[in-house]
Amino acid sequence: MFKKKYTKIFFISLIATVFFLIESAHCRTNYDYIDINNPFIRKIPIAVPLFKSMSYNNKGEKFLSQEASNLLSKSLEFTGYFKIIDRDAYLADPEKSGIIAPNINFKNWTGIGAELLITGGLFLKDDIVEMELRLYDSFKGLLIVGKRYKGVVNNQRKMIHRFCGEVIYKLTGSRGIFNSKIAFVSTSSGNKNIYLCEFDGHNPEQLTYDKSITLSPAWSSDAKWIAYTSYSKGKPDLYIKHLKDKHGAVVARKGLNITPAWVPGKFSLAAALSFSGNSEIYLLTGTGKIIKKLTNNWGIDVSPTFSPDGGKMAFVSNRSGSPQIYIMDLDSGQVKRLTFHGRYNTCPSWSPKSDKIAYAGMENGEINIYTIEVEGENSALQLTHNAGNNESPTWSPDGSLIVFSSTREGHSGIYVMTAYGTDQRRLLALPGEQTDPGWSP
Amino acid sequence: MKKKLWVCLSLLLVIPGLLVVSSCAKKTVKVDLPAQTQEDEAAKLASEKAKQEEIAQQNLARQQETAKQHALAEKRRQEEAEDRNIIAARNFFMNENIYFDFDKSDLKPEAQEVLKRKAEWLRNNPGESIIVEGHCDERGTNDYNLALGDRRAQSAKNFLIDLGIAESRLTRISYGEERPADPQHNKEAWTKNRRDQFVVE
Repeated sequence: MFKKKYTKIFFISLIATVFFLIESAHCRTNYDYIDINNPFIRKIPIAVPLFKSMSYNNKGEKFLSQEASNLLSKSLEFTGYFKIIDRDAYLADPEKSGIIAPNINFKNWTGIGAELLITGGLFLKDDIVEMELRLYDSFKGLLIVGKRYKGVVNNQRKMIHRFCGEVIYKLTGSRGIFNSKIAFVSTSSGNKNIYLCEFDGHNPEQLTYDKSITLSPAWSSDAKWIAYTSYSKGKPDLYIKHLKDKHGAVVARKGLNITPAWVPGKFSLAAALSFSGNSEIYLLTGTGKIIKKLTNNWGIDVSPTFSPDGGKMAFVSNRSGSPQIYIMDLDSGQVKRLTFHGRYNTCPSWSPKSDKIAYAGMENGEINIYTIEVEGENSALQLTHNAGNNESPTWSPDGSLIVFSSTREGHSGIYVMTAYGTDQRRLLALPGEQTDPGWSP
Repeated sequence: MKKKLWVCLSLLLVIPGLLVVSSCAKKTVKVDLPAQTQEDEAAKLASEKAKQEEIAQQNLARQQETAKQHALAEKRRQEEAEDRNIIAARNFFMNENIYFDFDKSDLKPEAQEVLKRKAEWLRNNPGESIIVEGHCDERGTNDYNLALGDRRAQSAKNFLIDLGIAESRLTRISYGEERPADPQHNKEAWTKNRRDQFVVE
């Protein structure tokens, strides 16, 4: 027992990445393959053949190779950057061809339009799996990145996602989403509680077990803390909870204690409190003490979200008579209105990578997701159309995807799309209704 | 000859027989009561009278008791009716909501009339504290609706304070769109759901 545990820990720490000596000389480090800021992004055709089983006739190994290569192509497809080429279209038989450049006939891959190729070799002994994974530019015949991973079989998912992170880093210059989690609210337990899942909806687990209403989970920028609102004491109070130790603080002033948003890079958050009789946004310490009152207006002020540098805050106010999104410069305290189109614009979420804000706007009784540039002409781009009500957008940590809730299939569920509204799909299928997604850093 | 003899003989027998019968009848009529029995009779009468009086008294007591019971029952009925009225008033207080327009938290004239009744009840029940719950319809977004519900509760609270109700007796809780009165997705349901509800603590 001890031995098994020990080896597990040993090998988790051993999920080390090793550069391949010869080929690493050809590694490219430019990020000109994918420009994540291009709205007319073309999906790059990529081939991910089944990983080669390195032992002869090892059934477990073959099965694992299949599982790993499928997970890799699915995870890459999730980003919206790639078009995965159907394996039936392959000219080369991956069983017979090699996995390193000298043994690959790249014409077989360019011939089917694959601009990128990922090869993999997998070796299984007992419950330890070893994988060599390489990403090639098939037109140039060049290795872009190659890594070797070793660990217990149970960690295969982690290894694949780590390689996905390398691939995306080489292609976009950003680490991507593969290590991130999504928090959301689900009624699966009969009450609204917070759940966590992996970026692709896998392994959903229940975080809170309240028998009341739990709402709006928000991640700290080190992903160690979650703040949320719960009615577990009969009224909407704000809970700040450490994910591992479960310790934390409660802000339980009279009235509302809602819509938390963490300041990037700080143990500090903003939330809407209404103990004064009117809902205003306050800056709080991570232990729930008020640092400063940020808004001061007769109207509703709610739903703060910070710019990536923490210098500005967008929020919702009905000071003009209807809910609209405003931006406050936190140094000067100056406020300007951002949205002018429509009479109901709420749920702002500032992209962690750009001066863009996603929000939910209502028109003709239907709520849709929009994005809007913070600077410039402020023209909004509508991302969802004729698909029920769409609310609570939040960005993936690399700013490439948006997760949101939608009633397009009747009950509310969690959906993902690219920052430009393409590739809209449901993230997970749980019983009950799911709302309020929050993407971890 | 013989026949005459039989007649005389039978007459001889019948006449004294008749005499005996008539004298006997006379005897029974003329029976005189002895002194002892007369006294007994008097006592009997007296005890009977006493018994009757006792019965009368018992009857009276019974009547009085029934009357008392009736009075008590009546009182109980009245008390129960009063309780019922109090409960009815309390229920009426709890069940009478005020309603708002979409994305609005200002009090309509009907809502103000309802709140005046609420204030009267609160004045009549000075020991009671209440929760003012603010609710929204499902349209719009959760976060904003929480703030809107809070504002709706605050509107009613402020109005009651203006009518002289102590602020300490009024708590507000916003439920946003989390607790619809009518879970349907149509105009009628939305109208019912944009409300303040009043709960006696």
